[in-house]
Order: sequence, then structure tokens, then C-alpha cells
Amino acid sequence: MHHVIVGSGPAGVVAAETLKTHQKDARVTILNNEDAPPYSRMAIPYYLIDQIEENGTHLRKNKDHYSSIGIDLINGELSAIDLASKTLLLNDSTNKSLQYDKLLLATGSSPNIPKIQGIETEGVSSCWTLADARYLLNKIKKGDDVVLMGAGFIGCIILEALVKSGANLTVVEMEDRMVPRMMNDDAGGMIKDWCLSKGVVIHTGTRVEEIEKLDSGKLGLKLSDGKILEANLAVSATGVSPNTGFLKKEQLKVGQGILVNRSMQTSDPDVFAAGDVAEGLDFSTGEYSIQAIQPTAVDHARVAAKNMIQLGSVEHQGSINMNVLDTLGLISCSFGAWAGVKDGEQVSLINKDRFKYFNLQFEDDLLVGATSIGMTQHVGVLRGLIQSRIRLGDWKDRLLKDPTRLMEAYLSSTQALGFNSKVFA
Amino acid sequence: MAWQKRVLRVDLTKGTCNEEPLNMEWAMQYLGQRGLASRYLAEEIDPKVDALSPENKLIMVTGPLTGTTASTGGRYSVVTKSPLTGAIACSNSGGFIGAEMKNAGWDMFIFEGKSEKPVYLHVENLKAQLLSADELWGKSVWETDEILHNVHQDPLAKIACVGRSAEQGCLYSGVINDLHRAAGRSGVGTVMASKQLKAVVVRGNLGVGNIENPKAFLTATAEAKKVLAENAVTAEGLPQMGTQVLMNVINEVGAMPTRNFKEVQFEGAHKISAEAMHEPRESDGKPNLVTNAACFGCTIACGRISTVDPKHYTIENKPEYMGASGGLEYESAWSLGSDTGVDDLDALTYANFICNEDGFDPISFGATVAAAMELFETGAITLKDTGGIEMRFGSAEALTKAAELTATGEGFGRDLGLGSKRLCEKYGKPELSMTVKGQEFPAYDPRGVQGMGLAYATSNRGACHLRGYTVSSEIMGVPVKTDPLSTEGKPELVKGFQDATAAVDSTGLCTFTTFAWTLEDIAPQVDAACEGNWTPESLLEAGERIWNLERKFNLDAGLTKEDDTLPKRLLKDAAKTGPAKGAVNRLDEMLPAYYEARGWTEEGEPKPDTLKRLNV
Amino acid sequence: MLRSLQLESEKCTGCLQCEMACSYENEGVFNPSKSRIKVFTFHEEGRFAPYTCSQCAEAWCLHACPVDAITINPGTGAKDVSEDVCVGCKVCTIACPFGTVNYNADSGKVIKCDLCGGDPACVEACPTEAITYVDASNAGMDRMRAHAAQTIKS
Repeated sequence: MHHVIVGSGPAGVVAAETLKTHQKDARVTILNNEDAPPYSRMAIPYYLIDQIEENGTHLRKNKDHYSSIGIDLINGELSAIDLASKTLLLNDSTNKSLQYDKLLLATGSSPNIPKIQGIETEGVSSCWTLADARYLLNKIKKGDDVVLMGAGFIGCIILEALVKSGANLTVVEMEDRMVPRMMNDDAGGMIKDWCLSKGVVIHTGTRVEEIEKLDSGKLGLKLSDGKILEANLAVSATGVSPNTGFLKKEQLKVGQGILVNRSMQTSDPDVFAAGDVAEGLDFSTGEYSIQAIQPTAVDHARVAAKNMIQLGSVEHQGSINMNVLDTLGLISCSFGAWAGVKDGEQVSLINKDRFKYFNLQFEDDLLVGATSIGMTQHVGVLRGLIQSRIRLGDWKDRLLKDPTRLMEAYLSSTQALGFNSKVFA
Repeated sequence: MAWQKRVLRVDLTKGTCNEEPLNMEWAMQYLGQRGLASRYLAEEIDPKVDALSPENKLIMVTGPLTGTTASTGGRYSVVTKSPLTGAIACSNSGGFIGAEMKNAGWDMFIFEGKSEKPVYLHVENLKAQLLSADELWGKSVWETDEILHNVHQDPLAKIACVGRSAEQGCLYSGVINDLHRAAGRSGVGTVMASKQLKAVVVRGNLGVGNIENPKAFLTATAEAKKVLAENAVTAEGLPQMGTQVLMNVINEVGAMPTRNFKEVQFEGAHKISAEAMHEPRESDGKPNLVTNAACFGCTIACGRISTVDPKHYTIENKPEYMGASGGLEYESAWSLGSDTGVDDLDALTYANFICNEDGFDPISFGATVAAAMELFETGAITLKDTGGIEMRFGSAEALTKAAELTATGEGFGRDLGLGSKRLCEKYGKPELSMTVKGQEFPAYDPRGVQGMGLAYATSNRGACHLRGYTVSSEIMGVPVKTDPLSTEGKPELVKGFQDATAAVDSTGLCTFTTFAWTLEDIAPQVDAACEGNWTPESLLEAGERIWNLERKFNLDAGLTKEDDTLPKRLLKDAAKTGPAKGAVNRLDEMLPAYYEARGWTEEGEPKPDTLKRLNV
Repeated sequence: MLRSLQLESEKCTGCLQCEMACSYENEGVFNPSKSRIKVFTFHEEGRFAPYTCSQCAEAWCLHACPVDAITINPGTGAKDVSEDVCVGCKVCTIACPFGTVNYNADSGKVIKCDLCGGDPACVEACPTEAITYVDASNAGMDRMRAHAAQTIKS
């Protein structure tokens, strides 16, 4: 049995490890198309500020990890698949093709290149790969003017690194708040206010329309509202799209990403997909969509691997969409149906002066979504309550009245708590 | 070390918060809490100031062992000049805010001046800020607590605040922390409210380190915890029964003041005792007591958490009172119960909830109600004065109505908020007030416990059991048994208890540990934590120093020997029943010897030599 | 036989000695805010609940970690955070459905219970034996397992 995994991000690596754990004699190959051992994009911001060395971003720290557990990690880029002959064609001088019995597509996603005149200009980069990070690390000098295009999750993750590198940062976001796909108006607005208070210049509701090299050597960025920004560097973070370019038309069913069932199986029975490239089941909505987050990639990978060994052995229960973000020290999280559900109830606490926000979304007596800013303790119980679908009973009303009693609600609902008996000894 | 060596000075007039170094010279002489803050207060205010004027200051203060692993090391005190007594006030509280202050990096908060508008102090580690309390003024302690936790979105923030009683000028309002722990006595909350300071919110995660000798400290604290765990009172009596373990004991020895001290035994004592709190009630089969509860770091856990009978008249249609909250301690069960002649456990529990909810001292309140009942029964006040309340001994309805009115300062509640002394004076019967220096008595009748009479008469904050608890020796035999009806040796005994207690009150530890601990157990803990050489002897000397400092403050404030006395009833009217039958308190036999033992003149003034010896 | 922390809320008085012992062991100061074990107070009900990581078999935190900073200690079975490797991305803090991995802003890393390497300080510190370190097969562990079982599957 030869399992081939295309892609060496968390989904690919976790799937490979899961396969080796549960099927020791299987041959497992990971196809890695980057010029580095498998690494985590989540760690790139810490690399950018020199908190860690490049190897600190690696998914597994031991150099021989993959060979030691019998995983073949090979370099190469997939150019096409022949489903009929179960063959992968590679853009590689040594390995031209690869045969598989079961295939996992964990090809991840790539940054969108905005259709802007001058986007190819020297000094404009995305910040997605280690190679991008190396480029930026070399390029940014203290005091440089840097424009960040896009204040989504990725943009906000690297925002701090850019500021800590000493850049004078200007953010341009098309929508009216920060992280619009992860935070509601109140929370996204609060993150914006926080960044403003830290000296970051932010333009929301506008976008870059044109980039040109100025005579001064700097970049000139023309905004849709007519303003012109000058910058030494521009970083593009305007969203990502699944990597499906190797697929021929209608080779596999594809929507936004590759469609899968609850076994993470694609429209071809021997081909599976996981991670950013897969439209997996969303726990909160019951629909299939791309989440493009680390925990979901890992969920997908473990389910896919088990089904590659034995189809039907485990069913994906749906991944909960959740994010945690540290924006210049302001920590924010969102979980599940954070925007609420139809006929649901919600409660918010907002303290603008102290940058604290807490929002819970209920459906009946179930917690279905949550948003927090400035909360670092026991925040995981929000996931626990949402995903376990534990009925809160009376606690829902108490939480609507005083949401700070979250831990009481959680513990009361999940643990058998007794009363102190010493007084009756 | 063990101190954070940092003082937060809050000028309410100017609206500023400033950090300054702790005066370590004073800390080495006065430790912390009661001693250290008294030293600051004596230095910084004129003892003659009006207690409710902006010139008075209010100090929240921790001890060196507050916030450490030492058992009961969570205490803090509020020190100021009392509006009730005109003397120095130091009210000690447990709960969790003291440890939080230390964890935020502070030993002490000094509040001075008066804010133009209601404010609260928010402290997050070394960041301190005054914020508007416009929305909080007029709210109860419980409402304030919930609002502030929500505003700061932090269930672990620790909050101390005043309730509506303090805002209304009740003279015995306390500062309540953690919902039902109280710096309760002498009106320290009234001073806080007079400064328009509604609350103090503290959150800290800096930790308490600075332990001089960590290894010795861990050993000493572990040894001391063992002593508590092996002592019958601290290991069994207090956790199971709470301080209420005393109710039946004190009643039996005939030292249970009853109906405003007209009697010394209460026929209803068993109905309001610890044992009664354990009895399942008819309505829901549950007992009054839900659990015992510990303050920060306390391995005794004497705290009571109780509920009112859901069918009781006091909470009909009031679901907000149906949950559990701080229950009856012995002193509150006595004052709300025996002293008023009320034997309805649920009425007492409810009245105690109200005292916590709106922040007033249940001892002074119960005793004031008792005085009002005697005024009413003797015809000195009428239904017109009470707003229609039949203030009769034994009336639960009168008690609970009185509590509700005192909470908000409405109607007769305004009179009750004056305290027993001013109330009895107002209605022309000063002799009915059972107070010393204007502060109401606690739950031990000086006719049945002679030493306590001297302790009350000489207490620097007015009548108080916690300034020299000779009951420990006279009734329980700790550390040695003395005869409660004899005056022999009592001056020395009282002095010894007063000095030792002043030292314990300055460490950050709880005085209840002394049912099991002596200074021999406490000194090694202090010595390992703090710089300097702390022995039982040096602690006792620090205690004596503190006592004399307080005394000097009081004398400078205008108090005299004449204030070291007891109400005539205790000196002239003999106990009617029990072992003390026929006895009065023989204060005159003890006071001169006490002055001498203290190294004071016959006028009760510390001799220059004494002050010099103690470096006061 | 691996051992586990057995937490019995009915014995807890809320004194926080466990939090002090934990923080002293791990941070060198008495600092309940940085304790890996927390006691929660149910004021209206008069209950206390000590609570920390149950070292669950699913190891959500470990799998969510993008940089392999959380590993299983072969001696104790605890999921240990390697402070050197942790980058502070906090993904484990949202992934752990029990909320027992927490971010420590001062160190920029996450912290969680590691059973003190097999000699848990909280156990020693608890005056009422509400926290004990028992064989994982102990009957008292059943209800904690039942709790884990009703949580989530991927």
C-alpha cells in the first residue's frame, strides 16, 4: 500500500504520521514543494521578529523525524494527476512521476494576488512562505514606511511582526473594520482602535488601485479614495485561495476548494483532500466550506488518514471555525457562529476604554458562537461548550445576565460537582 | 523582605494615584497591617480631625505574610480615624482582596482628601486609576460587585466597596470585600463613603516573592499548618461549626448578653446555634448551612455559607436572596439574636445578608436594635419614632425591617444608623447604650468574664472582642485556664493578649490561628519571610509598641481615662442567672493595675520611659 | 501504572493553597494568577471546584501545536509544554476544549499542568485531600472520564 500525500503543511504531516501509526507496513510519501523542511505558517511572524530561528518554524524539530518513522519526504511539485493510472506527474528533474494507491491532496492555499497595476513592482511582496519571510527580513529596515494591504487574519498576524521590525506601518483594508471575516463590528472596530493607539495608520473602506515606482525609489500606492501613500515596501495579504491548479477541468469536483465527504474523500474514491484546499464540513453551519486554519487542517488530516486505511472507519464531525490573534499584544478569539444564528440570543460586554470585549451567541440553550478580546484564561472552554453541544439549561439565562460566569456555567454543565461535606462530618 | 515595599497614595481631591516606597524603618518596627498603617496615620493626620472630613485618611493595608502560603495569610486591614468612636480604627478582613493587593505589587493604599464626584479605584498590577462611580453610587455592595466584574470582564478581579448604608451616613458601615467578608467595625466604610470612594477593584499577577529565606519559610509554614491540623479547635470545631461553636458554650457559662445586656443567658440560644445551622429544615429538608469556606490561604476554613429557608417570610418573592451567601458567625448570631431576643435563625441569617449586602456591621447594628427595643419598651421612643415598627424584644419582624431600613437610611433606619450611643442620647436615655467609646459591645458579658470587661474598657477602638480575647484563657483554657469570675492576674493577662493580638494583626495572619498557635509558632514564619530577627519576644514588643502608638493617638484625639470604662449596667446590675449570678464587672479592681502593667500614669497616659523603651 | 490528579470538589474549601503551591513550584513566587490549577467558586451555590488539565487521551493541545512544542512525558503521561519551542501562537489555548492551556503574557508562552514531573505540588498543599494523585484506574477517576467522554470528537 502506497499512500502519497501532496503537501507538507500540518495537514500533510499529521496525515502521514497518522497513517504510519495505524498502518505500520504502509509506504508513506510526502511531496514537499518548498525549499525547507515542513514548517508552520503560524510561526512565521515569530521568525520575522527574530524570536526564533528558521528551524523554530519547523513542524517537527528532529531532522530525521520523517525517516525515523518511515515517511519518505521528497521534494517536488505536482503538475498533474492521472486518476486512471493513479500517477502523479511532477515538475522535477529527478522524480518525473509517482504512483499511488491512495492519494491525499493537502496542497494548501496561496495568497491572492490582487489585480492591481504594478503589483509585480520590486518591493511588493506577500508574506505567506518562509521564502517571503526571508525576503522581508532582509528588506525591512528600521524606520521604513511599509504598507500592509489587507487586514484579515493573515494581515493581522504579520502586522505585529512588521511593527516590531521598526517599520512605520500603514494598513489598507477594503472593508470597514479589522479582520472582517473573524470579528464582528464591535470587535473588529476595537482592534482597529487598538492599532491606531499603537501608532499604526489605518485606512479602512478603501483599497490600493495602483502601485508605481517613484523617482525617489519609493513605492507610490494610489488608493481608491484618491489618497497616495509612499512606502519603501508593500506587503500584500488580501486573502488566500486553495491550490487546485494541477487539476484538469472536471477531474475532481471542485467548488471554492476540493469537495469532500465526511470521510474526506473526493469525487474520486482513492483521492482524499485535507486542510486549506478541502471544503470540509463546518460544525456550526452543517455546510461544507474552506476554513483554512491550523486546527481544522489537523482534524481533516486525522480523519482522512484513517479513511485512507479503511474507508468508513471514522466520520468527520465537522470542524469548528476558530481563530486566535495577537495584534500588538491585544489578544482576540472567535469561535463557531460568532456572528450569531437566526432566532438566537446573544449577550455582549464591551469596555472600549480597556479594550475588553466578550460576546456569546446562543441557539436555544446551546452556546454556538463566541468572540473575546483581552481574554487569555480558560478560553478553550468556549470551544468545548460549542462543540460538545452541552445543554446549558438554567445557566443560559445566568450567562445572559452575567457572561463573566462562563467557567461556573462550564463546570456546572460538564462536571459532577459535589458540595463540601466537611461541615457535616 | 516579604513586603512589596510599595505604597499607592491616592489623592481623591486631586484625582491622582502615585507610587512611593514603603517606609521600611517603620515596617521593621510595626510589621504591616494594623501596626504599620497606624504608624502612617499617626504621622499623617491630626488626631483631632473630624473623622468624616477630607482631612481624615483611609488606609487599606496588607501584612508581610499576606499573599503567601502561610496558613490564613490573606488578611488585610482598613485603618482610619473612626466616626463612631473618635478613636483610631482598624478593621481586619479576610477574603481574597488582601492577597490580590500584594499580587498587584502593593503593601498599602492610602486614600486622602475627598473626591468631587463618586469614584472607584482600579488597580491592575502597578497601574492604578480613579474611574467614575456615578453609575455605582446608590447601589448595594452586591450590585456594585456584579457591575464591576462585568465592566472589567474579569470574574477574578477582587472588589472591596461600600454599600448604601455608608453613603447614607450610617456610622458603623464597613468596607465589604469579596461579597461577604468585612472590615466591619468602627465605621471605616462610612469614612470611605465620605470621601466619595465607592469601591476598590484589584487585579494582580506579579506574585508575592521577596521571601527572605524561602526554604525556612516553607518549613515553618508547613510545621505551623500541622499544628492547626492537629488542634481540635482549628481542625474540627471551627471548620465544622464555625465561630458559632461558641453559642452554647458561652450561654452555659452565663456570659451571653441578652436583651441589651439585661440578662446573661438566652433561652433561645440553641435555636440560633451552630447545631441549629446543621439541622435540616421542614420546607426543603436542607440545613441553613451549605458549606464551610476558607479565606485566602486558610487551612482552617471557619467561614459559613448559608441559605435562608426559601419559605421564610423575609424572602417571599425575593429570589435574589435565595442563593447561598455569608452566613452567621457567632458575633452576628449573638447581636442579631440574643441581644435582641430573637431566636428565628432564618430572620438572623436574612438580617446578616442585608448587613453584607449594604455593608454595615452586624454587631453594632444588632446592639443598636437591642438598645432601640429597650427604648421602645420603656416608652422612650414610640411608634411615631419608629415609623410604626413595634420594636419589641424577640420580634423577628422588627429586626428584619430595621435591617432593611438601615441598609438604605430610610425612616427609622436613619436613627438606627447613629449607633447605640447617639440613639440613646437622642432619646434621653444614655444609660441604655451598651458601648465603650461609642462602639457597641460584642458577645461576651463582662460580668461573666471579668477579663473581657477590662479588655473592652481599654480597647483602643472601643468595645471589641478582637483587641484582647481573654475568653480564650478564661473560658477555653488557651493557653492557660484562668477563672472567668476572678479579677486576679487579669490586668497582666489582658495586656498580654492585647500585645500579642496587635502583633498578629500586623502580620497578615488571622487571629483565629491563635486557638492553636502561640507566638512560638508565628515567629518562625515571620522571621523566615521578613528581614530582621523576629522572635516571640520581638513580636510581643512590636505589639506593645503598636498598642502604645494607638493609645497615644487616642489621647491626642481628646480621649481620656474617663473613656476607659463600662456602662453602669455592667458595673452595678448583677447577673441574674447562671454561674455568674450575682456578679458585676469589677473593673475598678483591675484598671489601676493595668495602667501600671502598661507603664502608664494613673491618668492612663504612657510614661515617657515607656514610649522611649518602645521607640514610639 | 500512570497516575492522575483526582479532584474532589466536595472536599474543597476554596483556600487556594493549591494555586500557591503550583505557582511557587513553577514561577518561584506565590502567584495564583499563574497557577496551572484553578479553584472556581460558585458563590450562589456555596461550592468550590479545583480544576486543571486531565492529561486527556485526545491531547487536543498537542495536535493543535504547529511547532511540536507539546509532547507526552513518557514517565508521567503528562502533556508537557517545552517553553523553548513554544512560539506563543496560542492555537492550543483555543483548541483545548477544557480550557486548561493558558497564555502567559509575561513569558509570551503557554502554560499548563505537567504534574510537576510526577510529584504534584498541589496535592501536597491541599489541606483537605480534595486533590489526590491516584492510579489512573482508581474508581474515583470514572466521573472525570465520563466528563471527557461527553466532549468532542474530531
